[in-house]
Amino acid sequence: MHKESAIREPLILGHKTYHDITEDVCRSIEGKAPKTWYIMFGIALLIGLYGVGCILYLLGTGIGTWGLNKTVEWAWDITNFVWWVGIGHAGTLISAVLLLFRQKWRMAINRSAEAMTIFAVFMAGLFPLIHMGRLWVGYWVVPIPNQYGSLWLNFNSPLLWDVFAISTYLSVSFVFWYIGLIPDFATIRDRAKSPVAKKAYSLLSFGWSGRAKHWNRFEIVSLVLAGLATPLVFSVHSIVSFDFATSIVPGWHTTIFPPYFVSGAVFSGFAMVQTLMLVLRKGLKLEAYIHTKHIEYMNIVIMVTGSIVGVAYLTELFMSWYSGVEYEAYAFLNRATGPYWWAYASMMTCNVVSPQLMWFKKLRRSLMFTFIISIVVNIGMWFERFVIIVTSIHQDYLPSSWSMFHPTWVDIGVYVGTIGLFFTFYMAYVRYFPVLAISEVKTILKSSGESYKNGTAPLHKSHDEKVVEVVASESDNSDQDDETTNKISSLMDKIGTSTADEKDDLKLISGVGPKLEEVLNGIGIFTFVQVSKMTKVEYDLMDSITKTFPGRAERDNWAEQAKELMNKQN
Amino acid sequence: MAERVIYAMYDDDDVVKDAAKKLVANGIHIRDIFSPFPIHGIDPIIGVKHTRLGIVAFFFGLLGLALALFGMRYFMIVDWPMNIGGKPNFSLLENLPSFIPVTFEFTVLFAGHGMAITYLLRNKTLPGMPADNPYPRTTDDRFVMEIFVSDNEQFSIDDLHEKIKATDIIQLEEKDYKKIK
Repeated sequence: MHKESAIREPLILGHKTYHDITEDVCRSIEGKAPKTWYIMFGIALLIGLYGVGCILYLLGTGIGTWGLNKTVEWAWDITNFVWWVGIGHAGTLISAVLLLFRQKWRMAINRSAEAMTIFAVFMAGLFPLIHMGRLWVGYWVVPIPNQYGSLWLNFNSPLLWDVFAISTYLSVSFVFWYIGLIPDFATIRDRAKSPVAKKAYSLLSFGWSGRAKHWNRFEIVSLVLAGLATPLVFSVHSIVSFDFATSIVPGWHTTIFPPYFVSGAVFSGFAMVQTLMLVLRKGLKLEAYIHTKHIEYMNIVIMVTGSIVGVAYLTELFMSWYSGVEYEAYAFLNRATGPYWWAYASMMTCNVVSPQLMWFKKLRRSLMFTFIISIVVNIGMWFERFVIIVTSIHQDYLPSSWSMFHPTWVDIGVYVGTIGLFFTFYMAYVRYFPVLAISEVKTILKSSGESYKNGTAPLHKSHDEKVVEVVASESDNSDQDDETTNKISSLMDKIGTSTADEKDDLKLISGVGPKLEEVLNGIGIFTFVQVSKMTKVEYDLMDSITKTFPGRAERDNWAEQAKELMNKQN
Repeated sequence: MAERVIYAMYDDDDVVKDAAKKLVANGIHIRDIFSPFPIHGIDPIIGVKHTRLGIVAFFFGLLGLALALFGMRYFMIVDWPMNIGGKPNFSLLENLPSFIPVTFEFTVLFAGHGMAITYLLRNKTLPGMPADNPYPRTTDDRFVMEIFVSDNEQFSIDDLHEKIKATDIIQLEEKDYKKIK
């Protein structure tokens, strides 16, 4: 078993049992959603729908509705694309790279971080798709035989590499995420009370039963997928950076782009994870699982990657001078002192200065401070992409064509809309999905749970009488007992309970004899009131419990009879 | 006669591991253990062999690699060579550097999906499949051993019960085995 040093801070606070973990995670799924959830979901949905409207308008009218011009022919959409892809990187980094490094603290956040990845990459993918203008021929990015002679794609083009990288990344991340979800869906399935939830979660859980062999495979699949996803996550943002680095535009033509983009991506992704987690842990009361230590670990990652990004900025500046290429030098001078100085300045402050504050232990353990910095970093990273893309091209080789970029309402609407859509998906995820990897967290309970580490947890008591309960089962259908109990309780929920004291003479209902009355009493039906509340659904439920005289209650219309008998009684 | 199966329930992962060790030492064959999370070290005790899914992933990866290279060679070199900015495009080897990203992505795509699909098929976990864990709490906090009477015919039923009860058990049930999948 995994042993952890005693001085290491526990990952799960307080005393929890395996059952507590299940309860804590399932509570938000099984209970009613609070009003705040509906409000937040509603707002996100409205913004998202506005974004969809903007996209539809854009598709109907054309790319001319964007603020692009002859000089700045690539601006807002690619900025947003890179920003979203970058955010996505943290999820895979947490679930894959930290798995390979055996970082146990990842288990509390990997599920939600990876959900973020999937939704973020999905948002990112929208931008190149709508940039095609004709969305319905989007399949042209796939090499398929076609009627235009042998017209193939250009596999030398980084833009095509991007298609393969992003789609592989999206689908492999999804598979990785889903394979981890299956056992947790099974947990929810086995606890579900309502038939709809039961049905839905059994469909989602693929019939997972948790056999030893399956867990054995599960662990290997997770490990190999992590091994595959690790180079994948580095390749994706490297390839995104090739979109720029392989061109000869001064400011883009840089060999340090791939590592610089990857660390920037991880930097912005972790900031987004912080934003989401800080709200999530409070909203779902998961403070025992995602606590200050987790936030601190993530802040350290933000600090390290932020510093790498800072070094990259300075390296770029140095190289632009040291290379002796005057166009390069101009591109960087223009960035810092030209008309877009404010974008450059906000990028430098948000991305270079703010992560350095994390050196102070007090600050990186402060939740409020972390939340503010996470938002600042997200803004900063958006500006980084904007600076790289727009300032490099808006003053090109020909001063007469120099120009500025002004986003139109469509530009802004589509961008804001993707944020709305992202949060719509995320809110739905938070409501219906296990936000913590239940089965994984259980594996670290004994090694990293606070009460197990300091010895206050009650030791496992051996059962003195040895066998607490031996289920004597002779009959074949004993395994349906649970199901029957469930059915009875749902039947009772609908028609109400009563006791033998209030017993009416059910034999007065035509069709009910002494034998059947006994059966009904056995289920817990004693009064006419209960019978009168029955409808088709309850009849069927009752028939499936008693397995006697199916359809009889409906045919004889017991409910109506019971109502009449009640009236007579009064 | 239907096959009889004994379900022995435990409430702790370490306890079930100790119990399994003890039972196996006594010569009892445990067919399977249902647990809410992977119990580390249980596989060698009850004789679950190491999975070969890693090898499957490797071969799917190879397939993806080969497909990508063959495809790009056909599209870019054989079928319709294009002169794009004078970049070398007359042999696969010369053009290989710019084929590496797609080759890599395709390898990962095939290895990841191939392994995942194999995993789901081998587990018989597919959309719409019924679950066959004997008790719903085995996905929460219960650990259940599945012991077939027919696997342990050297013991009498009572003997078998006695031996299982000697471990730190919380519930024991014997019933007809019903194959669900």
